[in-house]
Parts: sequence; C-alpha cells; structure tokens
Amino acid sequence: MISRPHGGRLVNRVLASKRRERILEEVDEFERLNIDQGRAFDAENIAYGVYSPLEGFMLEEEFLSVLDDMRLPNDLPWTIPIVLDIDEKTAARIEPGDDVMLYYEDIPVAVLHVEEIYVYDKERFARCVFKTTDLAHPGVAKVFSMGKYLIGGRVDLINDPPNPFERYTLRPVETRVLFRERGWKTVVGFQTRNVPHLGHEYLQKSALVFVDGLFINPVIGRKKRGDFRDDVILSAYEVLLRNYYPRESAVLSIVRYEMRYAGPREAIHHAIMRKNFGCTHFIVGRDHAGVGNYYGPYEAQEIFKEFPDLGITPLFFREFFYCRKCGAIVNERVCPHDESFRLRFSGTKIREMIRSGKTPPPEFMRPEVAEAIFQFENPFVE
Amino acid sequence: MSEEKVPIYIKKELYERLKKHVKESGGFESIEEFVEFVLNEVLEEEEEEEVYSPEEEEEIKRRLRSLGYL
Repeated sequence: MISRPHGGRLVNRVLASKRRERILEEVDEFERLNIDQGRAFDAENIAYGVYSPLEGFMLEEEFLSVLDDMRLPNDLPWTIPIVLDIDEKTAARIEPGDDVMLYYEDIPVAVLHVEEIYVYDKERFARCVFKTTDLAHPGVAKVFSMGKYLIGGRVDLINDPPNPFERYTLRPVETRVLFRERGWKTVVGFQTRNVPHLGHEYLQKSALVFVDGLFINPVIGRKKRGDFRDDVILSAYEVLLRNYYPRESAVLSIVRYEMRYAGPREAIHHAIMRKNFGCTHFIVGRDHAGVGNYYGPYEAQEIFKEFPDLGITPLFFREFFYCRKCGAIVNERVCPHDESFRLRFSGTKIREMIRSGKTPPPEFMRPEVAEAIFQFENPFVE
Repeated sequence: MSEEKVPIYIKKELYERLKKHVKESGGFESIEEFVEFVLNEVLEEEEEEEVYSPEEEEEIKRRLRSLGYL
C-alpha cells in the first residue's frame, strides 16, 4: 500500500469555486501583502497537501519546535520552518484575526488568516537549520534578508501561482490515484534539480529493482545563474524516459519549491514531501540538498537514524562512477579498483562541456539526452 | 498536555526482547514509545486509503489520461 500522508490526512486548502468567486469579488477589500516566488510556492504546497499536515505558515510554537526538536509540537517529524516574513511597516498595519490577501506577480494567490505575528532570532534560525551563520551560504543569506517578523496562520489558495509547466504538474491527490491505478504498492521518489547523467540513471534503476515504481520529481523554482533551465531538465528527462525506462515503471512530474540548501535537514523535508505524494521509499545519495562544503558527503543519510517514525523508507546510495577496469557504472561497494580507473560524474564538468559545445562522453551521459540539451540555444539560466 | 494511558500486559520474555531492541536501536526513548509507534503503524496500514467521491476520482483520472499518465 502506498504511504499514508504525513500526519494521517492529506491537507486540502484549495478554495472551492463558489467561495473563491465570492472572495475574488471582494478582493480589493483585503489587506494586500506581496510575497516572493518561494513563499507563493509554499502557499501552493500547503494548499495541495504537499506539506501535510501543515495548513498554513507556522505559528511561533511550531517554528521553535521545528528549530529545536526537528518536530512539530505534536511530535511529528518536521525539519524545515515554513514561515512567512514581514517587515516592521507591514507588521504595524496587520493584526491577528485579519484576513490578508497574498499576491505574487500581481495575482491574488491565497488568503492568509492571520493568527500570530512574532519576532524571531535570525541567527538561531540559521544555526539550527543550516548549521552555520556564514552569509556565503545561500540559505543563511536568505534568512538574514528576511523581514523582522513572522506572520503565521492558515492559508486558503485562490489561484495557483503562474505555472509554465502545468502539463508536468501533478498534485498529491493525483499521484496517489495514479500509483494505485498502475498497481504500484511500493514507489521510490527521486529528487533532482539537474539534467540526468548516467550516475543518476543507475541510482534510480538500482532503487527500481526493489520497488514497483519510480517517481522522478524535479524541483522547479529559483535557480542560480549557470544552472540548467527548468525546461531543459524536463526535456532531458523526457528523452531519457522514452529511450531507457519501461513506460509502466516510471513517472515524471514536478514539484514547485524553493531549495533551502539545508543539507541533512532538507533531506528529511524532501522525504516528507514525497511521502505526501504517496511514495513509500526515497533515494538519498551523496551530499543531498547540500551546497559548498557545509555538510559531510553522507550527513544527509545519517540524520535519518533520528527519525525511525518518519513513515517513508530512505534508500541510501554511495556515489556512482564509471570504472574503466570494470567497464561499467559502479560504486565503491562493488568496485575494487583504484581512483586512476574511475571517472567521477561531475555536474560542473558536464556543464563546462555543454557550454563549449562538446558532447559529454557516453560513459557520462546518454547521447539522446545530450542531443536534447543541445536543441536549446542557451540551456543555462542567465 | 498529558494523554490518558492504560496498562497492557505482555509476556515477560517479549518485554525483555523489546527492551533489548530499544536499547540497541537507539531510535526510541522507551519501550512504551516503541510499542505505541509500532501499534499505530499497524493500525494505520489497515485503515482505508483516502476515499474520493466517484466524480472526483473520475475527474482526476480524466486529467491523468489527458496528460498521458494513464
């Protein structure tokens, strides 16, 4: 049986059409609050149950419990604060009990039923979640750029944030029906934010040997300059699936989400999101959700020991590489040969090759995938 | 907030095995916590999956078919 939602019930806070219409008629009467893309995606994920059991942006008790204990106040595992920040000026004009309209790109996205406005300690936030207060860490920099207050309360979704990838967007309620219709009792989730190389493919297929289905779930959202564009990633995966995966064993669908780069803590959060989509298993590879050298290469695997009650089974893999002596893609658990035989998969190296118009060797990337990437005039984020 | 609890009797031998398991696995603070977790898991597995109305389910399947997932 596929996983039950985290906390036992899939949250649905998407407003039904009649209530939605009524609210939209009165939209100008609401206090207006502009939010960024990441917060708009958070509101969307709350409403569609990706963040079940959360029903809104966190209140102070939840926020502090997540920081200190990596659990919600009811003891359910939860490692990443889902919060909405506001500045002093905004805090002065809103109070608990108000209904505020959240706007993204001038579109009313959600109503926030304000329950609490509270101050918070940014340094403590950063230290607990990212294990550093170094501003060079993108997650830390984001926290320190936030407003002085957090505003918590339930949200009701009015409009999905603009979505150029609607065709690839499945909600948890849909993936659960899909998995069941396909007869999958065990499903492994794979998180990615990159074009697939052979290391990814072997990771996914090694996991697929043990379960009924593979759920490839790329994260779509804010990216760094020089990263592959979202449409390139999707196109590359389409080609890979068409040519190298049994059609009935794999599903490709996106999740819109702003990466926090919180390494181990974020690996748990990624697993919870996939549990809500219905996955029973989740792949955790090397340096999952990491950035720079802030986390040990397998720290994101070790943290799972602290959550025996997570309700989704992590599958841990050591790094895959191509061994010239073995003539195959292997990892250190099965390959006895030394480093001189090993070709490591490197995202940076692949990006450099593509940038200079060179096709990555077939030991690195499927030729069809490389060809799909070269179809784009500029496959990188400007 | 304290939740009301009731005693349950189990065989001493099973209790000793659980005690050893909890001590060695390190993931649970007490035998009680472990037993409650396992029993909850068993019950949840047996409970019904979420139920959609036939109309809602048909609408979901229609979308999945139109996108080529089914």
